[in-house]
Order: sequence, then structure tokens, then C-alpha cells
Amino acid sequence: MALPPPDPQFVLRGTSAAVHTLHFSCGGPEPDIPLLFSGSENGFIHVWNLRTHRVDTALDGHGRKSVYCVETMGGKDRLLSQGRDQRICLWDLAEGRTAVTDSVFTEHVGFCRCSLLKVAQGRWLMAMAARSLEEVQILELPSKTSVCTLKPEVGAKLGMPMCLKLWQLNCDSQPVLLAGYEDGSVVLWNVSMGKALSQLICHQEPVMSLDFDAEKAKGISGSSEKVLSIWSLNEQQNLQVYKTHKLVNAGISDITIRPDKKILATAGWDHRIRIFGWKKLKPLAVLDYHTATVHCVSFSDHSTPQERLLAAGSKDQRISVWSIYAQT
Amino acid sequence: VSFIPGGLDCSISFVSHILGKVCVHGRQKEILGVLVPHLTDLTKSDCIWQRICWRLVECVPDRWMEAVVLGFVQGAPGADVLSRLLGNLVMKNKKAQFVVTQKMLLLQYGHTTAVLQNLLGYLSLDSLRRTLLLRVLQELLETWSSSSAVKHSPAEQQLYISKAILICLSHLKEPEIESCRQELLTSMMEGVKCHLDSSLPQLRHLGMVVAESISLKINTEGPVLKFEYEEDDETRELKSLLVETPPFCVVPGLPDNDKSEKPGAALPLVPESNEKPHTAASVMPDEELDAELDSDDDLTPYDMSEDKELKIKAPVYIRDCIEVLTGSRSEDVDKWEATVKALESLVRKNPAATREVSVELAKILLHLEEKTCIEGFVELRQRAQVAVLTTDPIPVAKYLTSQFYSLNYSLRQRMDILDVLVLAAQELSCPKFHGKTKHSGAQKPCIQLLPGSDSSKDWRRIVDERIKSKTRRFDMGQSHVELASRPNEFNSVAGHFFFPLIQYFDRPLTTFDLLGEDHLVLGRLVHTLAILMYLAVNTVAVTAMGKALLEFVWALRFHTDSYVRQGLLSCISSLLLSVPMERILADMTEELLETQSWLGDVMEKDPDGDCRRLALQNLLLMENLKKKLEAVPS
Repeated sequence: MALPPPDPQFVLRGTSAAVHTLHFSCGGPEPDIPLLFSGSENGFIHVWNLRTHRVDTALDGHGRKSVYCVETMGGKDRLLSQGRDQRICLWDLAEGRTAVTDSVFTEHVGFCRCSLLKVAQGRWLMAMAARSLEEVQILELPSKTSVCTLKPEVGAKLGMPMCLKLWQLNCDSQPVLLAGYEDGSVVLWNVSMGKALSQLICHQEPVMSLDFDAEKAKGISGSSEKVLSIWSLNEQQNLQVYKTHKLVNAGISDITIRPDKKILATAGWDHRIRIFGWKKLKPLAVLDYHTATVHCVSFSDHSTPQERLLAAGSKDQRISVWSIYAQT
Repeated sequence: VSFIPGGLDCSISFVSHILGKVCVHGRQKEILGVLVPHLTDLTKSDCIWQRICWRLVECVPDRWMEAVVLGFVQGAPGADVLSRLLGNLVMKNKKAQFVVTQKMLLLQYGHTTAVLQNLLGYLSLDSLRRTLLLRVLQELLETWSSSSAVKHSPAEQQLYISKAILICLSHLKEPEIESCRQELLTSMMEGVKCHLDSSLPQLRHLGMVVAESISLKINTEGPVLKFEYEEDDETRELKSLLVETPPFCVVPGLPDNDKSEKPGAALPLVPESNEKPHTAASVMPDEELDAELDSDDDLTPYDMSEDKELKIKAPVYIRDCIEVLTGSRSEDVDKWEATVKALESLVRKNPAATREVSVELAKILLHLEEKTCIEGFVELRQRAQVAVLTTDPIPVAKYLTSQFYSLNYSLRQRMDILDVLVLAAQELSCPKFHGKTKHSGAQKPCIQLLPGSDSSKDWRRIVDERIKSKTRRFDMGQSHVELASRPNEFNSVAGHFFFPLIQYFDRPLTTFDLLGEDHLVLGRLVHTLAILMYLAVNTVAVTAMGKALLEFVWALRFHTDSYVRQGLLSCISSLLLSVPMERILADMTEELLETQSWLGDVMEKDPDGDCRRLALQNLLLMENLKKKLEAVPS
């Protein structure tokens, strides 16, 4: 007899706007407080204290335009946020400051979240959608120098880039970018050379979100249709479809694989969060708490496994935090 | 007639005279039936015989030329034969030219397609005659594109001309098309306009097919004109004419080959499908083995039985529906969709609640526009409207009929009002719900739920059947036993449906003029009144309705649109069928007599075949009903 799905461990209320993005920062040693950053549609970034379940700080840096991506850069003191005001802001939050130290004007009017990759101490690569319709720009942070621009060939008709993931197999290998586009295809780009290595049509509809497991060379993408697509990268750097999984209701906003690569979570338009086992995509749980479409899911980076959490932000202005499969 | 010249110079003119005289007396078939095959064989390869044949026809006196030429064109088995037999007669003889290019094409329209093919093929086969072909095409196009011709000439003639145009087009060569491209284009534009203006679907289709064909011919590269219409036999036949048929008939032997191939193709598929299950079965055990070996997979799934498809609940109360449909919150489109789908059944289940808000609901539905893409939105809306109207007939009918004559509605909305009134009237007057009856069409006319201009054809057919059944066996009355009977709910409301519609038909508004441009809506209105009259049989108001309808018909009887006239004649039929004859004879004697003489006129002189037929039926119906009345002893 299967157990009924668990209830959220707690629910964070108080954003007063739909939540579009979440990011945990819980890896710091004691006495650091575990934090959760959330970006909302009203342009605020809330810093939630996971002990008191209250907002510690509210950051207003995007002119009340929706914030759809937040990431930390090496610790909770440096934050990166991306908003619909076409800007990416870098924040300095150390010692209670709330200042924007730098910003990048992307001129991107879409919803494509940028992707960060740490390449060396104090140096990051950031992939972001640029002003021109099909292009992805790679910048180095914090210098803001452009590394390259990834342009699809003429007539490729990929459409806008919808989601990006920068990764490298280990510290010495070349950084690579996986980009999902409006026409449903996922393209693997070599960043240093600036050219595409492989392209795979995964969906009939735009790719809404993707995530990649660098160790197993396997990735997963979700779209506005009812299918999840799992693809793999072979030795020749070619993408191939590995498997597809049919969902009950159409529409996936976000997919994320847990850092230990055991499970993954999807945020659905049908208000439900689904948990799958990563190895075989075995459906594990359907978490039905929210009353509107779930925009984002995120796993925490706790150092102790038992404390690991899953957070989901939804259009109903609530953030649900769950403790699920934390014992394994 | 197997005379052999044997090198002698003989006078053919005597034979020509005989031929002409015989043909003029109407014996074309007999004499040409013998003559033509002989001549066909003889002229196949022999030039002398060809020349003899040509002399034969050339010498026919002018007063008999028409009959002879007509006979030849009809009797020849193919355009090439005709060419051999007649030669360049049309170039040399004025009378023959007139017959071939004017009389047979423009003044007559009874000839078959084969005859047309012969004639036009004959014109195209010789370079001298091709100039005639071009002239013929120009004249045909002039007729085709003239709006008065489209309005007043019978449908059969228009079909004939369209066929001739298409055959001409099929014979034209590139340089010739180049030279008259501009004229083709102008005629096409004008002609398409007149044809699309017509209320009869058949004429509209004719216009569309011919315009498409012309456009195809003049725009060999680039986009061609393409209309959307339903293909039927007529359009398919027309389109087939555009393909140039060779002068020699080739018997197609292909269908047999196709049929023999298909069974062969089917067989290889069957063994393949048998193989597949085997491979699938062998894969399964491997996967299961893999799963067992995987010891890391110790994550137990939770219960996911609640995970079903997301369904948006529709509101359960009528007032909630109203709120959703009028709400401005654009986010709740799912709820809006669910409401639209559920509305009809809600209305029917809650008659009391509906009656409280019926007029408001009718107003909302009349103005409801498609917010999202639902399948069958038009039908859903119509059914909901009918449900509201049948639940609370009098106020809603009052509202709808008043809106019919109000400003600022589209033609589509006005016609929707008419359709809804008709459907509701049918529902109210039938003892059973529509859809459950098994009676033939003669008893329960089936109205198409989706508004279509073809509903007029159905109605004609159904009223015809009813008339037929009445004229043959009027003593039997309702020949089928009704399984269940309910009081006729239409009785109390028939007047409310009918009279307001008749009231303001001659009062034009700024945006709506029934007697002017909007004759399509007038046609639909007239047909609607005919149906309402028909459904009002056995109601109390039927006599008053009949009188009003007769006056209405009288006022419009000379309308130029044949669709409207057909509707008026259907009104008369309904009237005769629904109003008891005693009342007609008692209250409307003079009008009846006047109508009778009008019907006689229509029967003889109306250009539209359907109008004539309906008028004849009406007259017969009148006679029979009168006789029946006299036969019953008072």
C-alpha cells in the first residue's frame, strides 16, 4: 500500500506576487542561517530565513519589473538577479548591505533565464539570451567581457532561446552550453570555439526548461506539451533521444535534478510538482498543494542529506517547501 | 447512300437539297444516323471523299443550313470527325457561322456536354477557325460576367455557359492566352462579383469554379485564385472539363490495374504485424532483469492515484454562469470554456431559475463571441439559445424579434436569430424531443443545427414530400401513430414568434434594409416565416397568421431574387397545409383567387425552374384541398 504523498514541511507566504524563481543558499557552515532567495513578479527579491520562515530582506533593484532568475555566486553574499527590465544585476549582500554593485544591460525582452558556471576562483561564465532573436551571448563575470556569441546558422529557424545550461565535465575541460529553443530543439554549443556541436529536436513545442547531469551525460527537457524528453550525449558529443515520458497534463515550467542525481522535480502548469527517480524516470510522487501553475522548483544545497529540502514557487504567491526522499 | 463517284464529276447539290429538306422536317437523326457513320469511314483517309462531304454541306440552301449543321454537330462522334465532315464550313457560310458561334452557345442551352465538346473542339482544330474560338470565348465571358444575365437567366443556362467557357479555356494555347489575358482578367473580376452576390448556392459555386479555372489559366506561375466550397458532382464535372480531352477517345484501362494491385499490397503487411509482438515480448524480460539488478533504486513511490487530468469545474447555478460569461477577468478562460459547454444542460435542468433571468441570458448569448478556440462553439451557443427560448418562450421571443429589427447587428446575428426561432418552434411543436423521432422526413422536418444556406433546399424537399403525401392520401391525415403526446406548447406562443417578424420588414434602418441590399436576409426571413407557418398547424392563431402571411407574400411577389421567390412560394405551401381549408375559403376568398392567378403566372413565366415547380405544386394542392372540401358532405 503506497503512502499518500507528504504535505509541505512549511509554506512561505508574503511575497504578494507570483513567484518566478527560487534559489537556496544553505551550504554555509554554522552559524550561517540557511537562506532561500525568491524572485517575484512585482520586482522584489525576498531573502527568506529558513529558520524563522520570515523575510529577512527585500531587495528592489529591477524597477518593479518581474524577476525571473536569481543565483548566488559562491556564497550568499553575492547574488545575481535577472529581471524583465532587461537587466542582470549583481548584488553585494555582505554585512547587511543591499547594494547593486554592477549590472549588465542585456536588451533581452524574453523570459530566458541566464546560466552561471564557475570556471575559476572569482571567475564565472554567464550565458544569457541577447538582443538579437536567436543569439546567446557568453560573458565573463565580473569583468563583463564578452567571450563569444553563439549564433545559429542562417535559416536554422530555431526561434528564441528558451532555457540555457552551462556546464563542464570537470575543471579542466571545455565549458559547453546546452540551449533549448522555441522550435523544440536542444543544441549543444562549444563555447570556446563558438560553434554548435549537435542539435536534437526533442519537442514539437518550445522547450520550457532543461537540466543536465554531467556525470551520466544525460539530460531532460520539458515543454508545453505532455511529454518529457530524456536525451543523452555520446562520446562523439552527439545528442540522442534516450526516452520520453508522457504526462497526465500538459505543460512544464521548470525541471531540476537534485545535486545527488537521485531524483528530479518538475513544476507543472497543472499546479502539481512531480518527483521522478533520475535513473529510470520512475514516477515517485505527485505533490498537489498549489492552486495555480507552479513556476519554479529548486533543491537545496544542504551539506547534511537529512536536511535537504525542495522548494516550489507558484502563481498563487506561495512558496511550498518540502522534505522528500531526504533519507537516501 | 453508298454511291461511288468513280472519277465522274457529279453534281452534289441535288443530294444537298435532299439532305436539307429532310433535316428541316425534323428527320435529322434518321438520315444523319445512317449518313454520318458512312461518311466518317469514308473520309478517314480519303481526301476526295472529304472534299465531297464538304461540297455536300456547302451546297445546302441557307434556309435549311441550320437544321443540317445542328444535326451534324449533334450526330458526330467526336470533334475530329466533325472537322473532317464540315471542313471550314463555318468560315465560308455566314449562316453556319451564326448557328455554331451564336445560336448553339448563347441562345440555346439544352445541348449535352458532349455536343459542346464537339463544337468547341471543332473550332479549335483548324488555325482559321481558331479566331472564331477566341471570339466565342469573349462573347461567352461577356454573358457570364453580366450581372443582369446572372440575375435573370435560368440556372441551367448559366451552367451551360460555364461549361462552354471551361471547354474553350482548355483548348486555348499559351500565345492566345497571352493576347487576351487582360480581357480574361477583367471579365473574371466582374463575373465573380455578380456570381458571389447571388443568393443561390449553385450559382455561387459556378462562379467560383469558373473564376478559379480562369485564374489558373492566366497565372501559370504565382498564386492562383482559390475559393472554399464544398465539392459536389457538378463542380467536379466542371473541373474535369478544364483538362483538355484529346479528340480521340482513349478508353482508360487503369482502374482494373489499381484494383488488382491493392490486394497484393495488403498481404505483405499482415505477416509483418505478426512478427512485431514477438520482438516486443523478447524485449520485456530483459528490462525486468535490469530492474532487479539495480539495488540503488530503493526509492519507494508514494500513492499517485489522485493524479488525474485537470478538469475545470463548470458553475452549477445559472446566475454563476451569467457572471462568468459577462465577467471581464480574462484570466479565467478555462472557466469560461467550461461554462459555455455546460450551459445548455444547466438551462434545461433548471427551468425555474432560467425563467428568472431568461431575457438577460438571451442577450448575453446573442452577443457572445468566441473568446478561446472551442470546438463547435457556434453549435454550443445555438443550442443554449434554443434551450433558453423554449424554457421561457414569450419574453425571449419578444426580445429576439425586437433585436432582429434593431440597429447595429451583423447579418450573421440576424440570421442566427431566425435559426434559433425556428429550432425552438420545432421543439415546442413536436410531441417528442428532436433527435428521438424515427418518423420519416415528411412528418418531422429535420432542420440542420448549423446555419447553412442549404437549409432552403431541405425545406423545399420536405415541404414537397408533405405536399405529395397530402395530395395522394389526404384522408389519412397523421398516418403514423404518435407514441406519446404532449400538449402543443407552440400553440400559446406561435403568434409571439411570428407576428413581430412580419411587422417591420418594410421599414429600412441605416444599417439594415431588407428590401434593398440585404435580400439574403429577406430570403431567410421568408423561409423562416414559411417554417413557422408550417409548424403552427393546429394552433389557435393559425388563421390570423395565414392572413398576415398572405398579405406579406402579396407585397413581395415580384421580388427579383429567386431565393426570395422560392421562399414566398414555400409560404403559400405552408399556409395551404396548415390553415384549415374552411377558414381559408371563408376569410380569404379574394386573396386566394388573386394568389391562384399569380401562381399561374409564375408557373408559366418565372425564369427559375424551382419557382415554377413550386407554383405548380401549390396550384395542385389548392385544387385537391378544394375537392376534398367539396367531397365531404357538409
